[in-house]
Amino acid sequence: MNMPWLSVLMLVPLALGTLVAAWPRSGASGVRRIALVSHAVVLGLVVWVGVEFDVTTRALQFVERRSWVPTLGVEYHLGLDGLGLVSVLLAAAVPLLAAAVSDRVAAGRESLYYGLLLLLEAGLMGTFTALNFFHWFLFWELSLVPAYLLVRFFGGPGAGPAAFQFFVYTMVGSVALLMGFLALRVAGGTFDFIELARLGRSGQLAQGLGAALPRLGLGISGEALTRAVFLGVLLGFAVKVPIWPFHTWLPSTYTEAPAPVTMVLTGVMSKMGVYGLLRVALPIFPDQFRELQGPLLLLALATVIFPALAAMVQRDLKRVLAYSSINHLGYCLMGAFVLTPGATGADWVESAAAPALNGVLLQMLNHGLTAATLFAAVELFERRTGGVRRLDQFGGLRGVAPVFCGLMGISVFASLGLPGLNGFVGEFLIFRGVYAAAPWVAVMGTLGLLATAVFLLTLMQRLFYGELECPGSGFRDLDLGERILLGVPVGLMFVLGVYPDLVLRWTNPTVLGMAAGN
Amino acid sequence: MALTWTIWISMLGAVGVYLAGPGNPARCRWIALMASVAGCVATVVGTFQVGVNSELVTLVRVPWVKPLGIDFHLAADGVSVVLVLLTGLAAVAGILFSWNISVRANEFFALYLLLITGVYGVFLSFDLFQFFAFYELAIVPKYFLIAIWGSTRREYGAMKLALYSFIGSALVLVGVLAIYLASGTSSFDLVRLANSGLPPGVQTWAFPLVFVGFAILAGLWPFHTWAPTGHVAAPTAASMLLAGVVMKLGAYGALRVGMMVMPHGAALWAPVVATLATVGIVSAALVALVQQDFKFVIGYSSVSHMGFVLLGLASANPRGVSGAVLQMFSHGVIAGLLFGVVGRMVYDRTHTRELTLLEGLGLARALPFAAVTFTLAAVASMGLPGFSGFVAEMQVLTGAWQAFPVAALAAGVGVVLAVAFTLRVLQKAFLGPPTTVTPEDATPITLPEKCGALLLLGTSLVVGLYPKILLDWIDGGLGSPAFATMRKAFGWP
Amino acid sequence: MAMNYFELARLTLAEAIVVVTALVVLGVDLKMGSATALATRRGWACGLGVLGCVATVAWLWVGAPAGSIGGGMQVSDALTRWVKMVLLGLTVGTLLLSGRSAFSVHIGEYVAVLLLGLVGMMLIAGTENVLVLFLALELASVSLYILVGFNKRDPQGTEAAVKYFLFGGMAGAFLLFGLSLIYGATGAIEFRAIALKLSTAGVSPLLLVGLVMVLVGLGFKVAAVPFHFWAPDAYQGAPTPVASFIAAGSKVAAFFILGKLTVVAFPAVSGHWSWGSVAPGWTPLLAMLAAASMVIGNLAALSQRNVKRLLAYSAVAHAGYVLMALVEGKTLGLFAVTFYVVTYAITALGAFGVVSLVEAATGGADWEHFRGLSQRAPGLALCFGVFVLSLAGIPPLAGFFGKFYLFLVAMSVGGGDFGLLWLVGLGAATTCVSFFYYLRLLKVVFVEAPEGGKDVWPKGGLEFATVVVAAVGVVGIGCMPGFVLGPLQNALAAAGF
Repeated sequence: MNMPWLSVLMLVPLALGTLVAAWPRSGASGVRRIALVSHAVVLGLVVWVGVEFDVTTRALQFVERRSWVPTLGVEYHLGLDGLGLVSVLLAAAVPLLAAAVSDRVAAGRESLYYGLLLLLEAGLMGTFTALNFFHWFLFWELSLVPAYLLVRFFGGPGAGPAAFQFFVYTMVGSVALLMGFLALRVAGGTFDFIELARLGRSGQLAQGLGAALPRLGLGISGEALTRAVFLGVLLGFAVKVPIWPFHTWLPSTYTEAPAPVTMVLTGVMSKMGVYGLLRVALPIFPDQFRELQGPLLLLALATVIFPALAAMVQRDLKRVLAYSSINHLGYCLMGAFVLTPGATGADWVESAAAPALNGVLLQMLNHGLTAATLFAAVELFERRTGGVRRLDQFGGLRGVAPVFCGLMGISVFASLGLPGLNGFVGEFLIFRGVYAAAPWVAVMGTLGLLATAVFLLTLMQRLFYGELECPGSGFRDLDLGERILLGVPVGLMFVLGVYPDLVLRWTNPTVLGMAAGN
Repeated sequence: MALTWTIWISMLGAVGVYLAGPGNPARCRWIALMASVAGCVATVVGTFQVGVNSELVTLVRVPWVKPLGIDFHLAADGVSVVLVLLTGLAAVAGILFSWNISVRANEFFALYLLLITGVYGVFLSFDLFQFFAFYELAIVPKYFLIAIWGSTRREYGAMKLALYSFIGSALVLVGVLAIYLASGTSSFDLVRLANSGLPPGVQTWAFPLVFVGFAILAGLWPFHTWAPTGHVAAPTAASMLLAGVVMKLGAYGALRVGMMVMPHGAALWAPVVATLATVGIVSAALVALVQQDFKFVIGYSSVSHMGFVLLGLASANPRGVSGAVLQMFSHGVIAGLLFGVVGRMVYDRTHTRELTLLEGLGLARALPFAAVTFTLAAVASMGLPGFSGFVAEMQVLTGAWQAFPVAALAAGVGVVLAVAFTLRVLQKAFLGPPTTVTPEDATPITLPEKCGALLLLGTSLVVGLYPKILLDWIDGGLGSPAFATMRKAFGWP
Repeated sequence: MAMNYFELARLTLAEAIVVVTALVVLGVDLKMGSATALATRRGWACGLGVLGCVATVAWLWVGAPAGSIGGGMQVSDALTRWVKMVLLGLTVGTLLLSGRSAFSVHIGEYVAVLLLGLVGMMLIAGTENVLVLFLALELASVSLYILVGFNKRDPQGTEAAVKYFLFGGMAGAFLLFGLSLIYGATGAIEFRAIALKLSTAGVSPLLLVGLVMVLVGLGFKVAAVPFHFWAPDAYQGAPTPVASFIAAGSKVAAFFILGKLTVVAFPAVSGHWSWGSVAPGWTPLLAMLAAASMVIGNLAALSQRNVKRLLAYSAVAHAGYVLMALVEGKTLGLFAVTFYVVTYAITALGAFGVVSLVEAATGGADWEHFRGLSQRAPGLALCFGVFVLSLAGIPPLAGFFGKFYLFLVAMSVGGGDFGLLWLVGLGAATTCVSFFYYLRLLKVVFVEAPEGGKDVWPKGGLEFATVVVAAVGVVGIGCMPGFVLGPLQNALAAAGF
């Protein structure tokens, strides 16, 4: 494989994004078209990578490795496995969909908007393919800037404080991450994820930490230091996913951001956190995860249940969906936290770890798809209502816009986890795996499912059924373009729901490898 | 040797500009620009001449005052070269950002170039007397630059800055004399003094004198209060040089004279320095968070970032010190850029620096180049990866982890605070709500300003993405024979 | 003690030439009478004076013999010749600056008295005998009293002259009394003989009293605290060229002889100051004088608004720095002190030169007359900047290296235990204080905008040329101190130090 596909995946949106951002203001429609073509090109590249992907092996593929700053232990190291492939696919598809529905939001400042969106995509591509902390962190941080600017410039009335909180909150987590990794570098002498994972598995990391860092004369053991570093690293991801109680930045940000941007935020950026947990934290700190499994599972449960309860009392359409996002990510967390690499036995792997992990990956993809579609629907909704989103001001829309309600309804059901649609498989696998490992968690988790059902169905009932209420000049149904826009993802929901193996084929080898502990 | 030309070119440039007379500002600008560009080219050439091989290259050495053992001794190792390079870049950028100076232009540029001469001299001096002489020489031009062409409370700010600098040099003078007399070598040669092994008793009290004396200029808390006032009062080019280069003189002095010559004293006082540095990082950031004047935010931000340099020096391990030098370079470039935007691009047009007023001016729409430049500069200043600040802070924090983990954690908090105050000022100054009001003078950003901004941004970006180009020189410099005693005393490999 | 008069004549030929010049000036001026224009008479008088001084310098350089007569009454060796040449050079400068001064019609007398004062100073420089020291000191002082009050119509000047005379007389009395006590204790009047006697005899209370009184007397001359009260009024009231003569010439002579006296005659009673132990002698006394002068001189200068008065207090402060180095008590101290005083004298001469030009153009020497000078007379302002910065001690000017050297010598006292660290620290701190008022003065000159009113600059450039030469000298010595250090070191060596 001579062509550095993964670098290309990152560089193409970077270059095109800069080009688009610098485009003169006069060529508005041209900008939109160029942006859509760019996103499509990137998606095409991802599909090509997927086609070339070897599904028989669990090793990393498309590996690029070049020396960069030897004195700092920094290498240019990229690689892709099943986890990465799923993430990269999301990172290509969701921005395309988002760009497609951005006409209203971007009006007047197209070049800035579409440019930032492409730059954000570049940052995401970089994060999902990097294997050395330095440039992984580079993209992790840098993707914040376009996201921040998009929220700030194009968001609602409360965008200022929301964007500020989003940025600073995430940065707190990032700094904790950075500090943790600097400590790991001092202890392990490397920034490479694979290397660090090896050291972590063999216990050398704890030793190294104990030796390298001064103990302040308090007799802190190497294990305690490792635990402290682990918590720092965990914090970084906890803010991103988010894990309850570090989620408070999310509802305002998702609500104030324009809906297409929220699509990317919830569809892809939240997955950065889960990706990080699976790629970075779990492999390097297996013992710590095992030690803290109980409390972590509790937190995952909290992330599932409390936002769902909160969603039930929301009156703003976007806010409901925002809380719903947190809830769905909680399932990913549940699945991730039951993994205790190091525990052996094919039985264990088959009954608990593999299903859980497969479920997590599937859920990542499916939630990305579903949430993006839901927020796309919200954007189409806002187009018609001029930005009004209060649930109690609407009703009986099914009568006037049956296609819209139908498509949105299907998305809602997919989000619910209705069998036959894509949401079900992921959740099912997760619950199966979690039940095998920690049954009480699975049982409690179903409470979340129940609450989700309640608020989503309430939502539908409120909006679609009953007396027709619609402030403003009526609610027209979808035109052809919008139908395709929503229809394609919805179709995919059916396909993935009925034929999940389409995805599992690519993820399974990686999952087996990760579950077995390497 | 190309590096010596930096001093002569700047000096001749200063004289030439002065003689050009106040009547023709354009001629003054061009002479100054040519002198600074020539100096910058000399620094680049000189960097390659010195090389990364851990050598100390002697450029000039002639006896100067024989009875005292003073030579005129210019030399360079990797560390000097990096800072000289910074000076060259900052000098050019400063002149580009001062293209609109027309009142007493010949004196302005002459003083500017005189200041640059002093700075080049300090970075290249390897004779302690000469080092001190160039260091003192640099103070007076600063005073006049601020007092004549400055803005808010300029005379007060200039006097405060000058007096603090002089107090610092007075402390250094006593320390320098103690070093000379206690070494028993009757020579002022820095390397000889370092190798002579000063008695630990003398180092115990001489080191704090020298270190604090120099570190006052570097913004060591709590002796930093001259910095925000001085930076705000100064005209743009002077603030760029002050924050960008002159503060580094203090840090360099602390390293070259304090740590290199008295490593035992340094090791003894390291915890105190680390504490003060960390307090500085955090407290300056907190103060910056509540400022209402744009330039004050940047001024306090400089103090906070310099705290990282001092923390890196205090950690006394290879990574920390290397990170400190890299942060000197990185912050020099970024601070220059920030002051350039604030002073030249914004203040010269809007005549206000009040954040609440700027918020209503919709500068993102009126001055898009300035907005983009400042956004990128803010990102760099926050220490986001991709720019030089990240690598430098990373190195410093790694070094601090090994020496003072509590300080490292506190510094991490400082990083978050830096993000907060930088973002706040970016939001208020440029990203205010859209408005139809336009600033008084919305002249588009001129070509010299653009060139200056791109020069600095580009440097920070290149170093951030490929830090090897500077790290090789810095690490080579720290491995040079000059630092041999220090390495041994600190137990470096 | 038979006196070989031929020998005496040879050794004092320099002074004789100057005396003859003074007489010639008087004669020529008398001849020209009040019929000739004032300017012409001035030109002739100063010109002749300069000529005489130049001739003396030539004699000292080329032909002057070495030797001493009368038991140290006059000593001619490389060092004393060097100092005399410096004094002559400073007088030339003063005469050139006086060229256009309009403060009196009695030109001939002015130049003559000036030259006689110079003779006194030269004799001071060349003596190693306490009686001759006193005589020469009185000669110089009386000349200076007259010169200070030379402008009869200026009440300020007259008051200053009377104050100076009264203080000076009293100081002279102290000096004489002290010297006689020392004679009483040692039985000798020649420096080296005194030293010999003291080394064997030991310290007695009488001797210490005598020592203190001698230091009081000489301390007056160098304007050290607390004997400095005459200085501000004298500097301000005197005609500016006279003030420059006091600041330059008399300082050089006074410090030189103070140094020589203490180093040559009193090493046995030098005393000693170190951490926790003070041995009585003249070094602790000088240390205290130095400390007081540094502090009071600098603090008092802070509130001055007249440039001449500010320069007076600055002179007091500098006296403090110099005395600090003298505490070293041996050759190195003498070396540093001589070097510093000479460069200080050149700086002071130049500074007063600028003041006299500004006075001539604007009518006063207060700060308001200097405001915005850099835009009214850029060259002059630049020179003034050089002088003020040199006084402050900024590189690359002479004052920087001089001060550095003074501090270095003071630090080295005690041989490694840094006993005088407190004094050096005080010196550094007070230097910072001085930066404040020097910078403020420069601010007035360079930063502030000039007020209205026209300047009437005197025509022709002789004064300006003198000022420029002084400025160039200050910069040159600052960049290459070796030019002065080298010859001085050789002279010291040749004189047996």
